[in-house]
Amino acid sequence: MIKHLRSAADLDADTAILILDTAAEMAALAGREVKKLPTLRGRTVVNLFYEDSTRTRISFEAAAKRLSADVINFSAKGSSVSKGESLKDTALTLQAMGADAVVIRHPASGAPHRLSSWIDGSVINAGDGTHEHPTQALLDAYTMRSRLGRLDGLNVTIVGDVLHSRVARSNVLLLSTLGAKVTLVGPPTLIPVDIAAALSPGTKVSYDLDSVLPDADVVMMLRVQTERMQDSYFPSAREYSRRYGLDLPRMRKLPEHAIVMHPGPMNRGMEIAPEVADSPRSTIVEQVANGVSARMAVLYLLLGGK
Amino acid sequence: MAYPRADAHQGTGRGKTVLTASDLQRVVDRIAHQILEKTSGATGTVLLGIPTRGVPLARRLATRIHAFEHIDVPVGALDITLYRDDLRLHATRALGKTEVPPGGIDGRRVVLVDDVLFSGRTVRAALDALNDIGRPSSVQLAVLVDRGHRELPIRADYVGKNIPTALTESVRVSLAEVDGGVDEVKLTGGDAS
Repeated sequence: MIKHLRSAADLDADTAILILDTAAEMAALAGREVKKLPTLRGRTVVNLFYEDSTRTRISFEAAAKRLSADVINFSAKGSSVSKGESLKDTALTLQAMGADAVVIRHPASGAPHRLSSWIDGSVINAGDGTHEHPTQALLDAYTMRSRLGRLDGLNVTIVGDVLHSRVARSNVLLLSTLGAKVTLVGPPTLIPVDIAAALSPGTKVSYDLDSVLPDADVVMMLRVQTERMQDSYFPSAREYSRRYGLDLPRMRKLPEHAIVMHPGPMNRGMEIAPEVADSPRSTIVEQVANGVSARMAVLYLLLGGK
Repeated sequence: MAYPRADAHQGTGRGKTVLTASDLQRVVDRIAHQILEKTSGATGTVLLGIPTRGVPLARRLATRIHAFEHIDVPVGALDITLYRDDLRLHATRALGKTEVPPGGIDGRRVVLVDDVLFSGRTVRAALDALNDIGRPSSVQLAVLVDRGHRELPIRADYVGKNIPTALTESVRVSLAEVDGGVDEVKLTGGDAS
């Protein structure tokens, strides 16, 4: 088994499938009265969060606790980081405390890679800058697999701010490894030139959402990051929404079986219409539940052995 | 990179055969009869196989019990990997399937089924796992082979065959369902190889 999960590219097809299969077994646990396993008793998992996050942090915390690991939550606010401590010194502190795994979210792309060279434990990337968010990709793949029964050959359309999206990057890498065909859709200002070739050669790019919907098995809407609205990547929120938002008429263009995903938090009425977000095709709530199972699988496979 | 199951067989053919296919069938028949006898007709009883080979064994027992007395005994699977006490001594293990039969195990008599009883640690883990999915009225243990060398105070209620072994030997159980059409039990390693 691999030691760290820093990038979705760390996973080959066998390892990724093993994680998804393990997640399926972990999911069965959610229906039980006692939702706890003794597996990681005595192991320490540190949640090291330099950026705000609700669902990812809580999801990792729930996952670690269900496996009986001790969880230490560290957020940059109210810690020595606000006094100017560097990532390296924080890492050495965690190392001295005997952290078996560090789950890190950091605004700088590549922070998990640096961290993994300073500590002995496993490093799990929970989102680094505009780089990657591999456990999100795993829970997305798990959700597609459980709804549609397969990943190989699926047409997955990822729509929105690909430029700043770590979710998109990790998903392209993982889904390509697992045999799905990814199409990136968005305004030309938000899709980097050559990104498709750089991430995975089979990936396609389109600037016209309506033309790709009839062939999509999965549509994944990315959040429009309002903090970037001032940077004039697109003329106005309304225009973005008109061209790239998923509303009811657009959803009707999808094949009967297609599902709609969103990593959250979503801007209702912007990239996704409320009626679409609440429709039976939407897997948004399911994705949150699946996140705990997928992260349990990752923690078990990274920490459960020698 | 492939992840073989921890109990995958490494080659067959070598070693001394201790149970042939027909022996194995007779042993399963006898255990089925014993379960019927000891549980007064197997009512309120659930068979839970421990993956990998305990599961097909549990299914066979249920089939034989049905053939003898026309009783349908619920069969399930109980994976114990996450409850093992030796997880840190080995590379990470892939998980097996856990399937609790409809109706659960609360208030029922659970018969755990496994292929080989050795140190008893698997059974201890299984008892912990059971504890988390319900509260059976009682728990019994059926094994195809008891090879001795217990490390915990655990014994089986139903034993197919007692095989005295040396620690250097290993008992290889092959079942048609998971091992490609062969039913047999072999002793390999030590003096037998």
